[in-house]
Amino acid sequence: MKARIKVTLKNGVLDPQGKAIEGALGSLGFSGVASVRQGKLFEVELDETDPAKARAALEEMSKKLLANTVIENYAVELDEK
Amino acid sequence: MSMKSGVVVFPGSNRERDMLYALENITGAKPQAIWHADTELPDLDLVVLCGGFSYGDYLRTGAIAARGHIMPAIAKAADKGVRILGICNGFQILCEAGLLPGVLMRNAGLKFVCKEVKLEVANADTDFTRKYKRGEVWRCPVAHGDGNYFTDPETLKRLEGEGRVGLRYAEGTNPNGSLNDIAGILNERGNVFGMMPHPENMIEPMNGATDGRALFESVLEAVA
Repeated sequence: MKARIKVTLKNGVLDPQGKAIEGALGSLGFSGVASVRQGKLFEVELDETDPAKARAALEEMSKKLLANTVIENYAVELDEK
Repeated sequence: MSMKSGVVVFPGSNRERDMLYALENITGAKPQAIWHADTELPDLDLVVLCGGFSYGDYLRTGAIAARGHIMPAIAKAADKGVRILGICNGFQILCEAGLLPGVLMRNAGLKFVCKEVKLEVANADTDFTRKYKRGEVWRCPVAHGDGNYFTDPETLKRLEGEGRVGLRYAEGTNPNGSLNDIAGILNERGNVFGMMPHPENMIEPMNGATDGRALFESVLEAVA
């Protein structure tokens, strides 16, 4: 079973890397970029075949390691094929 | 007056020799190196998590080390009141492990900063700063890319209100954008301290100054 976990900075948390990327886009001539925030994407393959169990495990992984919930949010997407 | 101390070594730690040298030089007793894969700590008065780039800073600085085999033993020691000191990557690990609140984010200027800063003693009534005077400003080197202390407004208010900010960057030398110029903080009980600068590299005239000694002498006095 495949899943993606998207980790993004919470609102209000300063993102100097996003700001630098935003500046670089501007200097490349891309106008109208109001803001850029940088995040992380994890692609995870699980042996688990039960979607509910897989989702629960992915939630635990996100909370315990993949995201630092002081500054980051996470979203779990599961391919339920 | 003696102190039993140890330095935890993770894959990618690189300041353990400096720290072992400083501890022996200042305490007069030989400190132990503790391997991260151990699950028990020897009987110690002070456990130091030293600087470096544990696990190559993968995922987030300190994130992988904070979930290492030795960490439950360190949390248990902290519960018992053993003094725990995290320097640089050690501070990042303590935050990731939840032994200190908040997080060290990428430096606001995005650059790795390796230079000398000024530190002001915000609270001299702690086990890690008692040999300094409140308001005293001392010199100390920093070397980090992720030292930008951040926490939620409520936690920040508590830290400030409870005197748990031990050290602040002084005289406009904040190198990383840290909230309230925070350089070092304590846990609620006051036995766990984390700071980004490297006092272990400011202990003999050869280092240019000896301002960092008092930090270790504070712990030495506190455990006596």
